[in-house]
This record gives sequence, structure tokens and C-alpha cells, in this order.
Amino acid sequence: MLPAAREKETHHHEVPDEWFKPKEKDEQQAELVVRPSLSYWQDAWRRLKKNKLAMSGFFFLVFLGIMAIFGPVLSPHSVSEQVLSNQNQSPSMTHWFGTDDLGRDVFTRTWYGARISLFVGLMAAFIDFFIGITYGGISGYKGGRTDNVMMRIIEILYGLPYLLVVILLLVVLGPSLLTIIIALTVTGWVGMARIVRGQVLQIKHNEFVLASQSFGAKTKRIIRKNLLPNTMGPIIVQMTLTVPTAIFAEAFLSFLGLGIQSPFASWGVMANDALGTILSGHWWRLFFPAFFISATMFAFNVLGDGLQDALDPKLRR
Amino acid sequence: MAKYILKRFALMVVTVLIIATLTFFLMNLLPGSPLNEERSTNEAVQQNLEAHFNLDEPLIVQYVLYLKSIATFDFGPSIKQPTETVNSLLSRGFPISAELGIWTILTAVISGIALGVFAALKHNGLIDYIAMTVAVLGISVPNFVLATLLIQELAVNLDIFPAATWSSPAHMVLPILALATGPMAIIARLTRSSMLETLTQDYIKTARAKGLSPVKVIIKHALRNALMPVVTILGTLMAGILTGTFVIEKIFAIPGMGKYFVESINQRDYPVIMGTTVFYSVFLVFMLFLVDIAYGLLDPRIKLHDEGGG
Repeated sequence: MLPAAREKETHHHEVPDEWFKPKEKDEQQAELVVRPSLSYWQDAWRRLKKNKLAMSGFFFLVFLGIMAIFGPVLSPHSVSEQVLSNQNQSPSMTHWFGTDDLGRDVFTRTWYGARISLFVGLMAAFIDFFIGITYGGISGYKGGRTDNVMMRIIEILYGLPYLLVVILLLVVLGPSLLTIIIALTVTGWVGMARIVRGQVLQIKHNEFVLASQSFGAKTKRIIRKNLLPNTMGPIIVQMTLTVPTAIFAEAFLSFLGLGIQSPFASWGVMANDALGTILSGHWWRLFFPAFFISATMFAFNVLGDGLQDALDPKLRR
Repeated sequence: MAKYILKRFALMVVTVLIIATLTFFLMNLLPGSPLNEERSTNEAVQQNLEAHFNLDEPLIVQYVLYLKSIATFDFGPSIKQPTETVNSLLSRGFPISAELGIWTILTAVISGIALGVFAALKHNGLIDYIAMTVAVLGISVPNFVLATLLIQELAVNLDIFPAATWSSPAHMVLPILALATGPMAIIARLTRSSMLETLTQDYIKTARAKGLSPVKVIIKHALRNALMPVVTILGTLMAGILTGTFVIEKIFAIPGMGKYFVESINQRDYPVIMGTTVFYSVFLVFMLFLVDIAYGLLDPRIKLHDEGGG
């Protein structure tokens, strides 16, 4: 408040009464909503934009996405180019990130790897997210017998030997990007479902849920509008954890011959291939994929933290 | 409560049976059989071997035989290692895996919760950033990379800890560090996130307004509720780590049971596949049962035996 205004307020008895007159009553005006009506996601985006750290994470991920598309074009070397006389060269003007043991350009492979790793990581995270919140939400909210049966199904999925399932998938579907994503999500959503169910169990007896129920809201609406927005924090964290897990799990799958095959690369495969070379001093082969995995992780994490604050209905103002 | 526990136990038996059944039939769908690689054997020897391991019986008879072996928890001899029985493999490997697993879980839970709580209390402060950077690095570096680096730095270069094998407490330090970092980072992030949410709740303000000490408010009121997501992941985490992890055991040459899970499937060693799967699933369902009990203890609002909320 301006000092002048405050002065006027404190000495209001000196203000002549005729200055004041009752405001005209207007039924329509009273109903008018002053703040523009924003949907849940519009409001979240408005709040996210104010968080500088989260936005820098967001722009870094956009940058990675652009580089994944155009990065290989920038490089004079193609992804399948192998020059055996150029083995294990350190970074230079011709090979910006150096070369690997087959004389392949690490810069080109890093951005090809970005395509695979980001795609696999994001797809796995989104599929886990949608199956997980639906399954966990229903299981936790319905409770009782439904919950019991749904949780036992999860235990069965978790109890099956993962390697057995993966090898069978390989036999049935053959190696492809789709098979990788299916192999990653076939049990991957279970963690998300359990987290959501735990949270829903905790908040479903709160008053706001009871209020919604007494208004006659359907189960679907209560889960979507009341329960899930209030569990967004752990959900977002779990999602940001899924992305790197998927990137590394893809590397594990390629050991089994189910992952990405040469000449294409992924960050996980590049990091794995380079593990043995740390001792021989070819640091750039591990450094670049590992750096971009960690930087991506970091960006997802700060963005996730920002989203968590932005999506929390309790912090809305 | 007693009725609930009894019901859960009955369901646990059913769950394990379904897992074993699915595993049995999936395993037989896999191309290849345990005796395929012995090419030098002649027809008669092959038939005798198949008869010895009951592989010549129809699938359904084999299945009934396996059900019998689950009931008595005696899975017979391994096909690939004829001098060993499945039970002897498990009883040798599990104590080692369990010792490694318990220390790993303790390290991860204590340090993870501590990091998460401090980060939440100093939200957007220096400690928060340091703790979350540690957590992000912990998640970003896969455990086999960490294990390689730990061996290189602490065992080879500085010679503080022994590099591999399993005989004294000093041998346990590096594998525990390598295994615990990932779960610690996950627990720290989950704790921080739910702590932040819990600290804004009205009952925390009430507790502070009553004049309780900050430490008491945090430990008795906030942490108790904030631990729910951590407890949720603990069940599967424990089952995974206590029954051994293949990669870390291989890097540090630890004779745990992690390798049987991978090797038995690669070698199509049917009795070992069934034995390890049943062992793991019994362990898993029991851990998940404990988690559900812990839900009720941590948060009295959760009624496990209620008849639905909608």
C-alpha cells in the first residue's frame, strides 16, 4: 500500500461522509468471476513458468530433443562409418567426441543414442504412468476384495522370473524397438501402481472425498479429480525415476541380444561398451554417454520437482 | 485382524502356486531343453537321462511332480550340476545374499531417509541442493559402473578395501556401497517429496502450536506419514536385494544366489528355475504382506480389512 493511501485510511474520520455512497447492487456483477477460469493443466503451466530451475531443465530437454533429431546431420561422419585406422582417438577437430574401438565417431553415435534412449525412456515412463495410476487408483479406492485381487495379480507379475518373460518376448516378437518397450513396461508399471495405491489408501477417507461422494460423484471422477491430483508428488518422482531406469534396462536387454543392434546405438549400450576401457584411459567413450544420461536425469529431476509444486492443488493460489 | 492375517496367508499360498504354475508352463515354452547341449550322448543315454529327470513324461505329469516338490520344498537334483541338489544350492547361497542384502537395505534406508528429511527441512536451501545432487548422481550412475569405479579407486589405487571375494567384514564394504547407492537415492527423493507435502498439513501446524519441540514434530508427526511411499517400495526392494543381485555378485565374486536366477534360465535347468522362482516368490509375497501390515501401523486411518470405499 502506498504511504498516501495508508494515511488516508488511518485518518478516515476526517474524510467527509458524502464521499461515500453505496455501490449499486448488480446481481449479474456479483456472479461474475474476476480471475480467468483456468483448467487444472493451464494453471499448472502458469505456475511452472515461474520456476526458473524447472524451466531450465525443461529447455535443456527440448535442446536434447532437437539435437537428437538434427545432431547426426551436423556431424561429417555417418553412424555406420567404421574406419579401423582411427581406433580410440581422443576428441579432436575431426572427431568432436573422439572415436571408439571400431573407429566410429562418438559424436554421431551420441546423438543417435539420444534418439533411442530418450524415446525408450519417455515411452516407458508414459506407459507406466497411465497403467500405473489407473490400476493403483482403482485398487486403492475400491479397497476390499477388488484391492486384494488386483494386488495379488501384481505380486504374480512381480514373482515371475523377468529373464524368462524377456526371452519369451524375444522369441515371440523378434528384436525391435517395440519389443524393447514392451519388455520394459510389462512389469515396469507395477511400481507406479503400488505407489499410487498406497497414497490413495492414505487419503481416501479425507473429508474432501466424502464431500465429493455426497455430491454423487462417480468413482471415475473421484479418482481423477480428487485422489490423483493429491498424490501427484510421489507420482511425478516415480516417473522421473522411471526414465533412467528404462535407459539402463535397455542396456541390460542389449546384452541379451534383445536391445538395440549395431550400427545403431543407445546411451546405455555405449556406456556398457566403454566400461572395460576406463582402465586403458579412453575416458571420452564413457564420459559422453554417461554425461548425457546424468544431465538428462538431472533435467528430469528439476523439472519433476517444479511439476510437483505446480501440480499440487494445495499450493494453488 | 487375526482373520485378515489368516485370509492373507491363504491368498499367499494361492499366489505362490499361480506364479509357480505360470513359470512352469512359460519355462517349457522356451526353445531348447536342459539336455540339448550334450550332443555326444547317444540315443539310449539321452533317453535314460530324460527318464531320470522325468522329462519323458507328459507335461501334465511333470507339472504334478513339480507341485509335489513345492509342497515338500524338495526340488531334487540340478540337471546341469548333477552333484548338487537345488536345496543345497539355495541353502549355500542365501545366507550370503541375505547378509549382503540386510546391510545394503539398512545403509540405504537410514542414509536415504536422513538425506530426504534434511533436504525437505531446508527446502531450496544449500543442504537441499547438495542432498538432491547426491541423489540424482546416485540414480544416474548404474551400480556396475559404480562398482568398477569403487574397485579401481578404493581397492586398486588406494588399497583401503579388498577388491573381491567374501570372507571378512572389510570385504563387504565395497559391494554394499555399490548396491546401496541406487536405493538410497530413490528413498531420499521419495522421502523429500512426501515430507514436503506432509509439512504443509494443518496437523503439523497444530503440533507446533501445542509447543512440541521441532525434532519431536518431525519424527513423531511428519515422518510417520511421510514414510508411506518409502514403505511401499521397501517390499519389492527387499525381495530383490535379499535374494541376490546377479551383476554385483559377479563383479565382486560373491558366492550368493543371484547367479542361479540368471544361469538356470540360460541353461534351461528346470529344477533350479522352479526352485529359485518358488523361493523368491514366497519371499516376495511375505515382504509385501509385511508392507501392508506396516501401512496400518504407520497410518491408523488405513483399514486393511474394510469393505471398499466407494
